[in-house]
Amino acid sequence: MNLQNYPVALALRGVSKRFDRPAVDALDLTVYGGEFYALVGPNGAGKTTTLRMVVGLLRPDTGSICIEGIDALSNPVAAKQVTAWLSDEPMIYDKLTPYEYLEFVAGLWRIEPAAAEARARELIGWLGLEPHAHERCEGFSKGMRQKVALAGALVHDPKLIILDEPLTGLDAGTARQVKDVLRERVRAGGTVIMTTHILEVAERMADRIGVIAGGRLIAEGTLDDLRRQTGKTATSLEDTFLTLVAEQVVAA
Amino acid sequence: MSQPASLTWLAGHEIRLGWRDWASLMTAGGRTRGRNATIALVVFAAFMHVFAYWTVANYADANLASDTAALVGITGTLALSCSLLLSQAMESVTRAFYSRSDLDLILTSPASARKVFAVRMGRIAAAAVVIAVLLAAPFINVLATLGGGRWLAAYGVVAAMGTVATAAALALTIALFRIVGAKRTRLIAQVVAAVIGAAFVIGLQIAAIFSAGSISRFAALQSDWMLSHAPDQGSVFWWPARAVLGDYVALGGVVAFGIGVLCASIALFSKRFGEHAVAAAGVSSTTVRQRRWSLRFRRRSPRRVLRHKEWTLLQRDAWLVSQTLMQVLYLIPPALLLWVTFGDRNTSYVVLIPVVVMAAGQLAGGLAWLSISGEDAPDLVATAPITSHSVLWAKVEAVIGMIALIFAPIVAMLTLDAVFAGLACGLGILSAAAAATVIQLCFRVQARRSQFRRRQTSSRLATFAEAFSSIAWAATTALAAAGTLAALGTAAIAFAILAGVWLISPSRT
Repeated sequence: MNLQNYPVALALRGVSKRFDRPAVDALDLTVYGGEFYALVGPNGAGKTTTLRMVVGLLRPDTGSICIEGIDALSNPVAAKQVTAWLSDEPMIYDKLTPYEYLEFVAGLWRIEPAAAEARARELIGWLGLEPHAHERCEGFSKGMRQKVALAGALVHDPKLIILDEPLTGLDAGTARQVKDVLRERVRAGGTVIMTTHILEVAERMADRIGVIAGGRLIAEGTLDDLRRQTGKTATSLEDTFLTLVAEQVVAA
Repeated sequence: MSQPASLTWLAGHEIRLGWRDWASLMTAGGRTRGRNATIALVVFAAFMHVFAYWTVANYADANLASDTAALVGITGTLALSCSLLLSQAMESVTRAFYSRSDLDLILTSPASARKVFAVRMGRIAAAAVVIAVLLAAPFINVLATLGGGRWLAAYGVVAAMGTVATAAALALTIALFRIVGAKRTRLIAQVVAAVIGAAFVIGLQIAAIFSAGSISRFAALQSDWMLSHAPDQGSVFWWPARAVLGDYVALGGVVAFGIGVLCASIALFSKRFGEHAVAAAGVSSTTVRQRRWSLRFRRRSPRRVLRHKEWTLLQRDAWLVSQTLMQVLYLIPPALLLWVTFGDRNTSYVVLIPVVVMAAGQLAGGLAWLSISGEDAPDLVATAPITSHSVLWAKVEAVIGMIALIFAPIVAMLTLDAVFAGLACGLGILSAAAAATVIQLCFRVQARRSQFRRRQTSSRLATFAEAFSSIAWAATTALAAAGTLAALGTAAIAFAILAGVWLISPSRT
């Protein structure tokens, strides 16, 4: 897969964000259309901060963010129109049903009611939510809430889906459903960027993996590319990841 | 040192948790705010003592024990305070049932659950006693300083009221569990608590309106009918009042009764408390099926979608509705006053309009917090393709729309009788509601709707500003309705409050 032939879905150039200390430090990152990109890194590496800047929840101190050719900092509304965000803590409304929640999200994204309804029915079916489609979310388990939130992220048919630890706390069956939906999304031409601590997931699902540490992208590529970078060709992603992060710590 | 899992050990644990809860309530979790909170408490205590001096200083030296009117007045005041304490204690008992924080740990430990819950009930009683004593202290201190140590006996009566209120709250809540079950008890107990808290005040006001044409609750207590139907002076009924006046035999009886009732209710209910807490823990997993908004998705603008969401969430949250019930209940007496004194426009409107405007301001403050700060899916709304300006406008519209809906009948009724007063009232309601919403905008935080009860502690400045703003708009509206130019002065104060809020608001700095 020669990525250079694909359009750029997300481009970050020199993006920095500082809280008490630098969280993201002059980060350059490019993700191509139709790609499944996994961002991995130790706790506090800057993964979530990076993604929250991309979706407009944080404003970078410096740098530029371009989503599907739209400058997300100068034209955030247009950038948000083609983007979806899903965090590890599903934020849904306890007093709405999944069906109502999807209608609400579709309304916020100004989706044609007929198209949104068809899409909502399709997603509810895919995610096995039909028996609960008209029950209030207040009694739902974490996995069901995450499925509702995922359906909300997909109901407006975004070109770029950004997920922060979407599989945390999910049982095997629910995790499989979420992964299947994301794969399907990529097959249909969408772009998925996901942070995860579960390295096996990144290894199996991602076209490319970015390793971030200390707010900087320290390595990027396919699993083989990363292995080559460490000089150990037969190791797992876990070993490769630990070697890369350890090298970064020594270098810092 | 006490044995682990013994009653004293568990009591020590509860006291530590209670103290930390209280400290967190006072400082809103910020360590640096401790000093400010202490200064604020000292200033508040000083203010309350001045207020108490102004209110009760004249009675300090009076010999009231043989005065039936005085006994009726003191007993009525005690009953009023007790109803408020009972309301507070019911809230605490209900919260203890439905809070799952350490239930799993308690029930899976080898410690006696009955002992743990007995101590927890004791903690609720202790909190009620402390609140009662703190609120009564300025009045008792002033009376004792001016009239002698005999007034200190009132502390015993107030403490006994706290224990009796807790015992009654335990009995009422457990009775509700048995009658309506764990699923409905939470809501009904909170509604009952709100009604009890307001019922006595409102009842006295209604009695006063019908008997004396006045909204003052003391008018009913001092009426000829009340005095002629009061029990004999030697009756046990007057013991709490006599104890307040320094009768130590009566004090001993009242304190013994308070302790006895509390101990009996703890002994009686501690086992059931655990059983009901377990039942309550299962409530959150129950399923509520919802009728669909419509058969199909509807075309709406994002702002309309947001407004509709706010209204739907509030309408479906019976707990939040019950939280606002108290404010609406207080509208009943002024509405009745309007009805009773319909012909006497000038006096009734002067009393009615500020009460309605004040209630609108307070209600709008709560709704604005829910809408603006209590957003359960902030990331979803923030990542939607609409400007933050549009989101805020939609939320403001939701609040003002709801206030308009609630208060429209009162304004319409007023306008039918007196157009100018009605219009002034409507304008005052909208102004007070808009001002409260602006204050919430200035002090907005990110919180969950379930944290509504603690909204006052997240910013005491916002709470005070909201209260003073509502008072200023209430005064402005009453003066405007009366046709005096003094309304301009109070309106200027209301705008000055808003300007001050804007200058110090965290969202600006």
